[in-house]
Amino acid sequence: MDKIIVADNLSLGYGRHETIISKATFAIDSGSFVFITGASGSGKSTLLKSFFGALPLLSGSLMVGGVDMDNISAKKLNFLRRHVGIVFQDYKLVKEWTIDKNVMLPLLINGYARDISEMQVEKLLGHVKLTHQRSKYPMELSGGEQQRVAMARALAHNPILILADEPTGNLDEYSSKVIWNLLEGANTQLEATVVVVTHHIPETLGIKYKHFHIEHGDVYEVS
Amino acid sequence: MKSLKSHFSLITALFSILITLQLFLSLDRIIGAYEQRLGDNYGIVVVSDNNLSLAFFQSIDSAINAVEPLSPTRMLQQLQQQTGDSQINLMALNLPHFYRLRMAHFITPDAARVLGERLLRYRAITRVETFAQQHDTVYRLLQLFKNVVSVLAAVVLLVTSLLIVKEMRLWQFQHRERMNIMALFGAPVWLRSAVLFRLAIVDAVIASVIATTVFLLVDHYGWMAQLLSLVQLQPTLFQPLHDVPLLTGVAISLSILLASMIVMGHKEEV
Repeated sequence: MDKIIVADNLSLGYGRHETIISKATFAIDSGSFVFITGASGSGKSTLLKSFFGALPLLSGSLMVGGVDMDNISAKKLNFLRRHVGIVFQDYKLVKEWTIDKNVMLPLLINGYARDISEMQVEKLLGHVKLTHQRSKYPMELSGGEQQRVAMARALAHNPILILADEPTGNLDEYSSKVIWNLLEGANTQLEATVVVVTHHIPETLGIKYKHFHIEHGDVYEVS
Repeated sequence: MKSLKSHFSLITALFSILITLQLFLSLDRIIGAYEQRLGDNYGIVVVSDNNLSLAFFQSIDSAINAVEPLSPTRMLQQLQQQTGDSQINLMALNLPHFYRLRMAHFITPDAARVLGERLLRYRAITRVETFAQQHDTVYRLLQLFKNVVSVLAAVVLLVTSLLIVKEMRLWQFQHRERMNIMALFGAPVWLRSAVLFRLAIVDAVIASVIATTVFLLVDHYGWMAQLLSLVQLQPTLFQPLHDVPLLTGVAISLSILLASMIVMGHKEEV
């Protein structure tokens, strides 16, 4: 099976004297559903950041979608990110934009035609049950609703890789269920690789997944 | 509301710069008109044994654009009362030729002195009066005025630039979040900063429209023209065909520079 993420002796941190991930070697298969768990401050989010080039490598190598992440150029990084969907715990929605414009963002960046973009936004807002909220601004929605918007945005451009950092962290049961269903759907129907950083894996998940755990800077697969 | 306040601050800063620039241009035109008037009234008196033509004088200095022969008649009439007719006729026959040279433009006192020396190298020319001392006083006063205006303009420019830098920091803060989010989805720099440039250009256009309106009103109601007419000056203070593109160009260039500095200073934060 093709590997979408390959790390070899990968060390990450914030400066030479603060190594968080130390010489980790692992690989993630294309089309798989992966959980990364670990205690608070173990480096889960740090590792995820390195997958979309938000953190430079301290040493070792990291390939994401065939792109070498070490000293990656801005042009290559933009190209990679256009094929990745990211969900953050704090949503990261553009506050001055309406919900539908937020969802449309990756489509605009990827150069989709206006009518196709609008159709896709309509479809996704339907999936996250927020069609009626489309003209509102993020601050007018609840936390759960904002995360569903962020989820719709992450899926809008049919990415090959979806990275989610604690996507259901502080959400109510209903919103959490919608988020997990969408992530499952993206994996099974769109064949996107899904990497989720979380404290605990939901018990009701109906698909096969891989589980990596981080402890003392080491990343290992839990069998 | 915050955004409006931010726009207002940038427009005000740009407007101040444009007003300063236009005031400087207007004052330069007033000084230019005053120089022109001084130049028109200024003349070098030349005494020559021979009859000399304009072409002769222009071969010495092309800035000489007119030669007026000065008639000694009035002086001779005054002398006639003290002496007899025969002596006056004899004197008139032996008198040299007097000329007043007019210059094409206002010349500096040094240039007037040099011209006087060059004229005196010709044997036929026996005397030259450049009125250098009087000319020098007026000229230095004019220079002083020009320098004071330049210093004032520089001070205003400095203060408004500081205001713009402050505004730039505010903009950087306001747009950072959106630019970060767009970067996370792979937006190229031009797309991330498109909104910023659009806002900057819109603010620049608004500032130049306001500045243009103010100067058109001042020009229309002739407040400055009335004041200037007291000193017999009638310069065109506002030349729309020249000034409007200049003001708009300066405002747009400044705001684009401001937006570029924000874009260049932006660092991705996740």
